[in-house]
Amino acid sequence: MKPIIKPSVAPYVLISPFIVLFLAFGLFPILFSFVLMFHTWDPVQGLASMQFVGLENLAFAIEDPLVWTSLGNTLWLAVASGLPQHLIAIPLAYLINEKLGRWRNAVMGAYFLPYITSTVAIAMMFSTLFSTDYGMVNAMLMKLAQMPLLEYVLPSANVDWLGDPKTIKPIVAFVVFWRYLGFNVILYVAAMQAISRDQYEAARMDGANSFQQFWHITLPQLKPIMFFGVTLTTIGGLQLFEEPFILTGGKGGMEYAGMTTAMYLYRTAFDYNDYGLASAISWMLFIIILAMTILTNKAFKGKEGQA
Amino acid sequence: MNELPKSDHNKLSWWGWTALLLGAILMLGPFYFMFVFATLPRTEIFSVPPPLFFGDHFFANMAILMQKIPFWVNLGWSLYVGLASTALTLLFCSMAGFAFAIYEFRFKNALFSLVMGTMLVPAFLGMIPTFLIMDSLHWIDQPRALYLPGAAPAMGIFLMRQYISSAIPKELIEAARMDGCGELRIYWSVVVPLLGPAFGTLGLIAFIASWNNFIGPLVVMRSVDMYTFPLALRSVQSPVDTEWGALMAGSAIAVIPLLIIFIFSSRRLIDGLTSGAVRG
Repeated sequence: MKPIIKPSVAPYVLISPFIVLFLAFGLFPILFSFVLMFHTWDPVQGLASMQFVGLENLAFAIEDPLVWTSLGNTLWLAVASGLPQHLIAIPLAYLINEKLGRWRNAVMGAYFLPYITSTVAIAMMFSTLFSTDYGMVNAMLMKLAQMPLLEYVLPSANVDWLGDPKTIKPIVAFVVFWRYLGFNVILYVAAMQAISRDQYEAARMDGANSFQQFWHITLPQLKPIMFFGVTLTTIGGLQLFEEPFILTGGKGGMEYAGMTTAMYLYRTAFDYNDYGLASAISWMLFIIILAMTILTNKAFKGKEGQA
Repeated sequence: MNELPKSDHNKLSWWGWTALLLGAILMLGPFYFMFVFATLPRTEIFSVPPPLFFGDHFFANMAILMQKIPFWVNLGWSLYVGLASTALTLLFCSMAGFAFAIYEFRFKNALFSLVMGTMLVPAFLGMIPTFLIMDSLHWIDQPRALYLPGAAPAMGIFLMRQYISSAIPKELIEAARMDGCGELRIYWSVVVPLLGPAFGTLGLIAFIASWNNFIGPLVVMRSVDMYTFPLALRSVQSPVDTEWGALMAGSAIAVIPLLIIFIFSSRRLIDGLTSGAVRG
């Protein structure tokens, strides 16, 4: 006797693995995290010793200077790594889409490759390149500094790129930019291919040059994908964890200059065993991400109103 | 995306070529040096002038790496978790994608919005409770803690729904039903055999995501013998005396499978990873 599943029930059966996984590992953890935010307990005794403390965790998080340091770092990194991604990806995508024939796929592949490779491998690779004593970057700077004029501009001693609080953030931002540029290039190339060729034809008839075509035809029609891409970059940038975590050896670097909020909440939970406080920080970060996403949305809607 | 540009296109100026070329060097250069460093002893990596060509120290570096971590064990776990995660993802996403593509049912739109909505929830929000849940399930150091929770990703369900609604005619389903096929039988014997291309794309994406996953194992894998490869690689890095040659050899090994996959299927991967964005 085989159980026959009726067509009216079948879809629910087919979706059930998603539902079960979503409830168990998606929804439940988030609700649990919300509850944790208002509680404290002794990690040795486990959850049985859980005590309600109201807003204490949140108040503690707000008074914790490191929370603000990490939020400052996160915003700095999100802007410094995110903005160039789009400012460079758009013209680059235009060059690739309009001017390259045979080479297009190979060039796109080269830019896309970092996106699919392991963050750990990438971060290790850049740690080596930016190493203080005779790392590739310092060695090249030393060489360049021997040339006339440049010696006044370039540092005379080896730079401790990953150790100096002034340089760690730009390095992390660069690595993130390097990793995600190609993804954005491909988004924009795909969007550009959806723009009808007739419009360019007409513009060329009217004597528009490449730049004018880009400015007046391509750019305005990229707005929806720009909105999508910028939203992804914002959400991703504000959650930044892996790159700074590995580049700073998991600790956040000198003066915590490379510690993002996601890293700090990880450390609060797993290095200091304060899960309640860590949950409070994660909800703070969530609210900030939500606010930024709404702001991005508003900014794009606003522009559309003018146009 | 596959059409070549028409011949009437403007030619790329010399500065355009220079910019593209410099960009490509910037993108690929670091990989080149990773491979070069993987073949050099630590003292030569950091020598002046910097080394530009391959050495013969690769196996020595590998020997050092194997002293530092249980290399084959870690690589084995990465492979195991990757394959398990891929298999489950293909199964669960094709099931859900099939349901959303073919059936009409109550709450269909609400459920689909729920699926897509899970993409917007930031991962860190669940990090701490997930650890506590895994801990109370005694799943710490269990591979299933890595491949099970994310086995029905929204992106995969979306990809499958798109593919099934465009590639599988509803008449085929109807005909199978006429022949007395049960619904699950239709899924398994009629639909699944036709999903080859979509399985290929989603399978690659799922495997790569699992292979590169770092935060997941960082939270739930606590003993070195259960580390996946990226996590083990990170443990080689130390504040005082890092074996950079060994580390670069390990990094190269983490990257090589991806390079091979990418060379053979970059087109498919790129289309798969961006399809949701461009259509949606």
